[in-house]
Amino acid sequence: MNNLLTVITFTPFIAALIMMFFIRGEEAAAAKNIKFLALVATGATFLISLFLILGFEPEVEGFQFVEEYTWLLGLRYKMGVDGISVLFIVLTTFLMPITVLACWRVEHRIKEFMISFLVLETFMIGVFCSLDLVLFYFFFEAGLIPMFLIIGIWGGERKLYATFKFFLYTLLGSILMLIAMVYMWVDAGTTDIEVLLTHEFSHLPLSILGWDLIGGIQSLLWLAFFASFAVKLPMWPFHTWLPDAHVEAPTGGSVILAAILLKMGGYGFLRFSLPMFPIASEFFADFVIWLSVIAIIYTSLVAMMQEDIKKLIAYSSVAHMGFVTIGIFSFTHQGLEGAIFQMLSHGLISGALFLCVGVVYDQMHTRKIADYGGLVIKMPVYALGFMFFTLANVGLPGTSGFVGEFLTLAGIFQVNTWAAFFAATGVILSAAYALWVFRRVVLGDLVKASLAGVRDLSNREKLVFAPLIIMTLLLGVYPSLVTDITGPAVMELKNHVLSSLPK
Amino acid sequence: MELIILFSPLLGAVLSGFGHHLYGERIAIYSATGLLFLSAVLSWIIFFTFKGETQVTQIFTFIESDNFISNWSIRLDRLTSVMLVVVTTVSALVHLYSVGYMHGDPQWKENESYKPRFFAYLSFFSFAMLALVTSNNLIQLFFGWEGVGVASYLLIGFYYRKPSANAAAIKAFIVNRVGDFGMALGIFALFTLTGSVLLDDVFAQAESLSQRTIGFLWMEVNAAELAGILLFIGAAGKSAQLFLHTWLPDAMEGPTPVSALIHAATMVTAGVFLVCRMSPLYEFAPFALAFITVIGAITALFAASVGLVQNDIKRVIAYSTCSQLGYMFAAAGVGVYQAAMFHLFTHAFFKALLFLGAGSVIHAMHHEQDMRNYGGLRSKVPITFWTMMIGTLAITGFGVPLTQIGFAGFLSKDAIVESTFAAASEAGLMAFILLLVAAAMTSFYSWRLIFMTFFGAEKGDKETHSHAHESPWSMLIPLIVLALGSVFAGMLWYPEFFGYYVEEFFGPSVYVGADNHVLHDAHYVPGWVKASPFIAMLLGFGLSWLFYIKSPDLPAALARSQRPLYLFLLNKWYFDEIYETTLVRPAKWLGTFLWKIGDGKAIDGVLHLVAKRSVPALTQLAVRLQSGYLFHYALMIVLGMGAIVVYVVLFGGH
Repeated sequence: MNNLLTVITFTPFIAALIMMFFIRGEEAAAAKNIKFLALVATGATFLISLFLILGFEPEVEGFQFVEEYTWLLGLRYKMGVDGISVLFIVLTTFLMPITVLACWRVEHRIKEFMISFLVLETFMIGVFCSLDLVLFYFFFEAGLIPMFLIIGIWGGERKLYATFKFFLYTLLGSILMLIAMVYMWVDAGTTDIEVLLTHEFSHLPLSILGWDLIGGIQSLLWLAFFASFAVKLPMWPFHTWLPDAHVEAPTGGSVILAAILLKMGGYGFLRFSLPMFPIASEFFADFVIWLSVIAIIYTSLVAMMQEDIKKLIAYSSVAHMGFVTIGIFSFTHQGLEGAIFQMLSHGLISGALFLCVGVVYDQMHTRKIADYGGLVIKMPVYALGFMFFTLANVGLPGTSGFVGEFLTLAGIFQVNTWAAFFAATGVILSAAYALWVFRRVVLGDLVKASLAGVRDLSNREKLVFAPLIIMTLLLGVYPSLVTDITGPAVMELKNHVLSSLPK
Repeated sequence: MELIILFSPLLGAVLSGFGHHLYGERIAIYSATGLLFLSAVLSWIIFFTFKGETQVTQIFTFIESDNFISNWSIRLDRLTSVMLVVVTTVSALVHLYSVGYMHGDPQWKENESYKPRFFAYLSFFSFAMLALVTSNNLIQLFFGWEGVGVASYLLIGFYYRKPSANAAAIKAFIVNRVGDFGMALGIFALFTLTGSVLLDDVFAQAESLSQRTIGFLWMEVNAAELAGILLFIGAAGKSAQLFLHTWLPDAMEGPTPVSALIHAATMVTAGVFLVCRMSPLYEFAPFALAFITVIGAITALFAASVGLVQNDIKRVIAYSTCSQLGYMFAAAGVGVYQAAMFHLFTHAFFKALLFLGAGSVIHAMHHEQDMRNYGGLRSKVPITFWTMMIGTLAITGFGVPLTQIGFAGFLSKDAIVESTFAAASEAGLMAFILLLVAAAMTSFYSWRLIFMTFFGAEKGDKETHSHAHESPWSMLIPLIVLALGSVFAGMLWYPEFFGYYVEEFFGPSVYVGADNHVLHDAHYVPGWVKASPFIAMLLGFGLSWLFYIKSPDLPAALARSQRPLYLFLLNKWYFDEIYETTLVRPAKWLGTFLWKIGDGKAIDGVLHLVAKRSVPALTQLAVRLQSGYLFHYALMIVLGMGAIVVYVVLFGGH
């Protein structure tokens, strides 16, 4: 199959089209059809993506499954994957059916809801397999629209505030990125990412208003991309949109936001910033590392004091993404590989944690920590699942959360012991906030009258959590599932970057 | 065989934790217990048949990232084989004991199922502990290290209705994480320096590390010393040494069998094991070793001093554990790892015995734990009384001076005290003095416990005393087995751990530097040194007898006249209070400050300023969004673009 990537990318999209034009009416039967269609489409996409992972050859250098066509106005449609991107595609297709199943109870405008998710899936996959700047930009930005709608229409009380904050932040970043992309096109004469990866952008010092900018053009381009990715990831201090967006988003929106959308920032650093602007990346490495260290400590402390469960998990996400950027900008094999692993693992764990919140939110319609307590008494299965993901979030060895954190720290230690020292305090602080919230929500005696009627996980909910638990354990015990695929690509990336640096 | 030892507890945990819905509680907990006994029997077989060469069984790959390579594997050498018997024996006995102890626990309501969960945690703990001691690399070791930490967290917080239990569980985990933080940095340092996380690779380069320096924070330090100190921070956390000890007394919130297994005999000794395991590194890190000696000796004294005045029976034993671990570290610190392992081995018997005995008393007294409400229980719980007597004789080090005849603790503790003297270093000499004083205190508080519990008049609630009864056999058999160990373990294995066969016994599992003759010298210390722990023990016993049998009014009078000192000890040197004011509260304050001011005022403040300019346009957009039109517009655009792409891909030019 030489169209595999296109097929994977657009299967959900075609399902969305079918849903849009062929399923009519608001009655229960239509709603049911919509949900099943969404489930079948996302499930099928996942199954097809397994061919991708099975056919992928880690040892082969460069991109695989490459497709190339002429698009509008001479633009190129080019797709392909390498060891860095391929697993993000599978992560996306793996999480989508789970998310659809988790949103089974949504009633308000279910059709638009599912269409938004299906379209979103297409865009997300597209981001990870685009090999053309314009195509990448299209997917990267277009993904905002369905997410914007999901929060704006199905969100909580302050959804407008949250959506605009989300929009404003990301818009700012992407405008700068667009300008940079135009420059790159002019400079290199192509928008082909594969070619751009070998193109050398000037790094001669530039004098701007009497101030010498080391790294020159590369630095400017790097900063423009950084603006976009730092917001997306998000890095401190561009993170404040995330807690608000999460709090207001419906459960499914939070899952996808945390699990996939954030990863586009980290992916962007790996695909663009590092290999295309290696000299600027090195120049700014300390800057990024220190922002990340601040993020880890700052947001962990803030997370500890949150009164809203979703905000807490959101802040914890920012802290976890701090490990990603630290790893990437350590320029070490362990750091880079750990960063990829951390992103994949965080996709599973944070997604699961938001689903955990969703389970009780569906019943109690509150996210306030103080409104809960003692759930273990009535919900032992739920308590077990929540505990598992809490411990995974804390980075317990044996779960996937450990591998990424440990590798990134092992990576940064080799280049900067100060940063390693402070970042490693994150493992103490994460234990503090995660166990504390678990205690306040789940442990203790069940005394609140409002909670008397809670029920444990339904079979559908168990089905939602089971694959996540299995994958978190599997990747924790046998991380080679991931590192066998990412290893050669990371090696290639690292060598490319290091060889581009002046000796 | 090693695989069965390692995985049968895991199987037991799964069978008990998840299977009890299928076949009931009874089968669940018996299968977990049975599998642990299987592990224990096989461990003893290995212990007796082990020949001395290190064997490694590979299972499968764990983390692999370029040269960062670790495997799931089982390393079998003498250290491992000793730990295997300690862990599986105590664990199996504690499983058996728990069958009786956890029956009809008043903490739970009728029809609440808690036993399978308890046994699952116990078995899971055993698995994690075994993974720790059998590790062939630093990463699996870390897995076990944190795994036992989680098991400990779960078991301390087992009574999850109790706020105090939940608080203690979190405290234990977080304080341990502080240690793990140091340990992780130590692992990173070793990896950075040697390019490997395999024990053998690290050991092979240990000597060259001692001749290198590494930049760490603002310092340029000796590489071996740095790794040694960082790893010891981890050890100090797990083994509750000074500054990181505060979690251990609180951990007594867990059910008593847990205290015996995890917080006395096995998990807390992991730190000592780590130092012994890393002996090839530590032998080249003299400063780190001296540091360990000093911290160990001070902890021994500090914890013993606090133990003097505690009234909760479990807390007394908890501080005693903390103190005895200090002894072990002091021994390892002067380079006599064998003595440390010897005390670890014997301590497991008598400390588990004391805890389980205390559990039996608590069981008899309807979960009363305050010794001031005990008294005169000798005749009501005779077997418990006699086994605890044996445990006390063992911990205080009773034996015939200048011979090798005595209770377990007599041989192992004296070995440590003699070693510190023989080290003839400043740190060693200081440890020698502190450990002697601690020995007197140990004897005092141990006999105080016996006297307050079993002798004198009945105090406290009459009703409770009248119902006091001996425990069932499932609880008494473990006590008797452990009592046998407490009597004989020292005498039987003295030649192997410290005497004539010591080199042959440990083989390559413990590395001793060419200049390290302390073990040899320890056998030739002056007679007064050899007799000194015994004299200290007699002194403690005499004072205890005077205070709690002869004239029982003395303690209260002394507490009154020396009130500041008494309060200082009673409040455990105020460590908790100091940490609360200097660490916990500032962290919470900072968290709130960064949230409200940092995020709220500063970052969002700037953002809102920017946003204000574009508000009118945004409001318009908002209205549209709500009406739903925007959705359709946006969707149509998106769908249109997508359709073009699909068209191009299917029919477009190449």
